[in-house]
Amino acid sequence: MINIKIERKFYLIGFLVLLIFCMASFSWAGALDIFNAEKGEIKISGGTAHIPVMKTVAEKIITYNNDINISIAGGGSGVGIKQVGEGLVDIGNSGRKPKDEEISKYNLKMFKWAIDGVGVVVNPENTVKSLSSQQLVDVFSGKIDNWKSIGGIDKKINIYTRDNSSGTREVFWKKGLNKGDISKKANFVVSNGAMKSAVANDPYGIGYVSVGHIDESVLPVSLDGILPNEENVQNGSYKIARGLYSNTKGDPQGIVKKFIDYLFTPDGQQIVVKQGFISVKSE
Amino acid sequence: MNKSGKLIEKSFVVAAVFCAALTILVFVFMMIMSLPLFKGGLFFSLIKSPWNPEKGVFGIYPMLIGTGLIVLLSLCWAFPICLGSSALISVIAPPAFSNFFKKIIQMMTGIPTVIYGFVGVFLLVPFIREMFEAGTGMNILSASLMLAMVISPTMIIIFTESFQNIPPSYTAAVDALGGSAVQKLIYVILPCSWRGILSGLTLSLGRAMGDTLIALMLAGNAVAVPDSIFDSARALTSHIALVIAADFDSNEFRSIFTCGLVLYTFTTLLIVLVRFLGKESLKDK
Repeated sequence: MINIKIERKFYLIGFLVLLIFCMASFSWAGALDIFNAEKGEIKISGGTAHIPVMKTVAEKIITYNNDINISIAGGGSGVGIKQVGEGLVDIGNSGRKPKDEEISKYNLKMFKWAIDGVGVVVNPENTVKSLSSQQLVDVFSGKIDNWKSIGGIDKKINIYTRDNSSGTREVFWKKGLNKGDISKKANFVVSNGAMKSAVANDPYGIGYVSVGHIDESVLPVSLDGILPNEENVQNGSYKIARGLYSNTKGDPQGIVKKFIDYLFTPDGQQIVVKQGFISVKSE
Repeated sequence: MNKSGKLIEKSFVVAAVFCAALTILVFVFMMIMSLPLFKGGLFFSLIKSPWNPEKGVFGIYPMLIGTGLIVLLSLCWAFPICLGSSALISVIAPPAFSNFFKKIIQMMTGIPTVIYGFVGVFLLVPFIREMFEAGTGMNILSASLMLAMVISPTMIIIFTESFQNIPPSYTAAVDALGGSAVQKLIYVILPCSWRGILSGLTLSLGRAMGDTLIALMLAGNAVAVPDSIFDSARALTSHIALVIAADFDSNEFRSIFTCGLVLYTFTTLLIVLVRFLGKESLKDK
């Protein structure tokens, strides 16, 4: 639980700072009209890949109508599904499709508003810029344990992975590793953000993050010659991809419904694209 | 006057009973939640087996070893330093300096653990990684070093207090005999305050075992059984934090109650043991 709490704290602080900035600039928004005269609170938790989009959307809504409160927490896809199912939050995000038993148990309604790739990343100092699928499997299983064997320097490979509640891990494990083993020596980090900073700080590290999270602090590794970027995910040539879902318990009501509706408006989808994800409208 | 005195007394009793009941209730809750684990000796097999959720094995042996190593090592780092610092504060240093030093130590107790974790991630981890060529640098050594820092202030404060509780006539006697400050420390203060030292150690041990954040941020959380202090390891507490997101009905989730139960039982046993030892040797005197 503690990691969730911290994350929430960080995002809250970041959120407040951004909020102040947003207050200064009045935004024109036709699609935001639906939030006129609304009041209340929306609690969101779950997938950490979703957070940039959630934050931007929340800022827009709150700036437009500050009677609405939106809180955003991380925790991972498993946490999102669990918390929304138990009624702790209004929207539970997941970076994987909820399992059938989860859907029936909690009566979940799913809304897939973006497509996202999961890219392998290394430290920018690393000279290894491409891997074959087989090499990837071998690296993560621990069979290849030195960068030298795949064209890098003579240093041990440090593997970073996510815990089992991560949707990013689920997709990467299924489509990137073909359900192969992940070495027991791998280090565990708790979010996409934490993965990025772990790899950015470790010159010999390798990990995987949501394509929307890739920036200059980490180096994306191309897989079988295909770079994990928005274009390749969109045209389907990069295979490790998944939908980003927002789930509600039963049909969403009131402002929660409006929040989800907004994600599907052209404005909402524009935010999705801006944050590095693929719009579901262009599928 | 008397009436209100009794009222206050009663409310203190209620508070004390409430606290004690809470401790017992937590234990009962843990027992009930982990009851399914005791059927068919699953509890004991979980303690011995590895963690491999893909194959349906949810043992916590690696985490037991992880917690044990991190905690013991952190005590090894912290104990000599704390003993020295307390001796400096209460015996050796001039009052002006020791007051200042004490203030700093007291301030240290107030620093949130996450700050230590941060400092560890950005300063200690890269240093350990380059210095020892030790994998990610997130390993038992880093975690135990940082944890030692987290538990030190409490330890120093308890040590200092027990040093200062020694009857002034004892220390005055040393002064009268012309003994130096160091002689006073070695022959009078340390032997007289060993119980305080022991209780300081126990409390710090409990604190170190219960700390989640440092291990979670710095130990790397790998699920393999560590071979050396340069290996990544996962503590019982961080294991709970990482797995708590699992499905409520799964075996994976149930297994974390084993972790909780082990942590609880171990700390309780430890405290009971130390109390017992303390009483026994008091009788000898």
